[in-house]
Amino acid sequence: MGRAWKFGDNVDTDVIIQGKYLVINDPKELAKHVFENVRPEFAKEVKKGDFVVAGENFGCGSSREHAPLALKATGIEAVLAKSFARIFFRNSVNIGLRVIECDTSKIDDGDELEIDYDKGVIINKTKGIELPFKKPPEFVEEIMRRGGLVNFARAILRGEI
Amino acid sequence: MGKTIAEKILSEKSGKDAYAGDIVIAKVDRIALQDGTAPLAIRQVEKLGLEVKAAKITHFFVDHAAPSPRKELSNDQKLIKEFAEKVGAEFNKPGEGIIHQLMVERYVNPGDLIVGADSHTCTYGALGAFSTGMGSTDIAIAMALGKNWFRVPESFRIVVEGEFQKGVFAKDLILWIIGELGVDGATYKALEFHGETIDKLDIDSRLTMANMAIECGAKAGLFKSDEVTRKFLIERGRGEKFREIKPDEDAEYEKEMYFDVSDLTPIVAKPHQVDNTARIEEVEGTKVDQVFVGTCTNGRLSDLEVVARILKGRTVHKDVRLLVAPASREVYMKALEKGYIQEIIKAGGVVLPPGCGPCVGIHLGILADGEVCLSTQNRNFKGRMGNPNSEIYLSSPATAAASAIEGKIADPRKYL
Repeated sequence: MGRAWKFGDNVDTDVIIQGKYLVINDPKELAKHVFENVRPEFAKEVKKGDFVVAGENFGCGSSREHAPLALKATGIEAVLAKSFARIFFRNSVNIGLRVIECDTSKIDDGDELEIDYDKGVIINKTKGIELPFKKPPEFVEEIMRRGGLVNFARAILRGEI
Repeated sequence: MGKTIAEKILSEKSGKDAYAGDIVIAKVDRIALQDGTAPLAIRQVEKLGLEVKAAKITHFFVDHAAPSPRKELSNDQKLIKEFAEKVGAEFNKPGEGIIHQLMVERYVNPGDLIVGADSHTCTYGALGAFSTGMGSTDIAIAMALGKNWFRVPESFRIVVEGEFQKGVFAKDLILWIIGELGVDGATYKALEFHGETIDKLDIDSRLTMANMAIECGAKAGLFKSDEVTRKFLIERGRGEKFREIKPDEDAEYEKEMYFDVSDLTPIVAKPHQVDNTARIEEVEGTKVDQVFVGTCTNGRLSDLEVVARILKGRTVHKDVRLLVAPASREVYMKALEKGYIQEIIKAGGVVLPPGCGPCVGIHLGILADGEVCLSTQNRNFKGRMGNPNSEIYLSSPATAAASAIEGKIADPRKYL
């Protein structure tokens, strides 16, 4: 269980992590600067298992993989959004950050959330409701099952796929 | 069933009969990386002990911080150079120019499938290539395998008709289209541009439009290859690489949109989103502190030409810093030969080394608190140019030059 950190539509990669931090390669260091310009308290107060919750088009903009890496290193359980920008979604799958498309309009900042991957639902404990989410395509699930793109590629090299 | 350009290229490169929605593993023709994202891709390759099988088609460019302003970035650039030399990939040092400009000058051909560790890799669609941006891990895998997975996108058929008014350019058109679609209006989709207006556009203009496809979420911005493309390739010394790329007559599109540019006026995107567009009349008079001409969107020879033409015999406003960065060394030299650079400097502009410069907010031209910049780049996100307490407007090079003279956002039509 974790709390919801609610953001709006079109959260871009410059907002997630500024260009000037691309020089940092340690995800834990990157995590200290997540959302620095728009929500400076986030990096200090976020706890393991929390959720970043947003509207449409989360992660639009640059291809910087630092954005999902930094978010993952904060220890969040998942990013929930109505939709994701394409490159961000792919990067997240590749590095093992859970990104889930669902109707986030029934989640407010500070709500307590739980996720049931088997049932495919987000449980909003604060509001006492369950929100179903769409599972990704089978091919993408397969990459996630293998722990990211690198392991998936190794399987290709071994001739398993 | 007929195919779109995206379906045709991804079918050919995967060896499968692929349609929108299919996921294919396809062979790539080129891989491009820049200094902001390459170090992460290199570390992935090294950490995993992957062999770089695709080294001969892999190209590294130092353009995001060129030349390096900090020792950490210098170390990253050194890492890139050493890695490229070790595996036998091409390395381009600072000053050569912007990744997308150099890829187009040297390598991109119609029908190619190209991936790049930069979101504006979609630029190459201007030549009838399918190209798209990916993250560092995806690119690391592409370097190791020479292939990667792709979801074949649905396509939007965008038809443009009518003749541009004087002072209105492809940049105004693409800003208009993005304003209509919205910043997520084409997420995961491919834009395919058609119509009499598109057929007449030169390659520079097509590059500007394809470059900005990502700004409405699109995976690619595609043009068919035609006589304009053939002429460009001949000029670049690779005319034999021309092949006709076009969709089938009965290709299926998710959406069709029509635009008539006859009455289009210059368009400006206001802070802090690219789809926050306005006609020039609505923003005219907004005071600017800095004007930037350059980037993978609008740093090419025709862009510098129009800027020089407007500045000729005039001076940049005393309160404005005009920064101009040619997109490549070749663009820079040609602009010198033609006298464009001299006009810009004479008028009071500052010419920066070829590269991304101010657009990525790492160095060169970082804005002060409360300042306003009008730029020819593709993004006006909050903090993009290095300071969250500043504002960025986007426009064509002509609007940028007119605004530099007046010290406020100005209509370029009176100068042309």
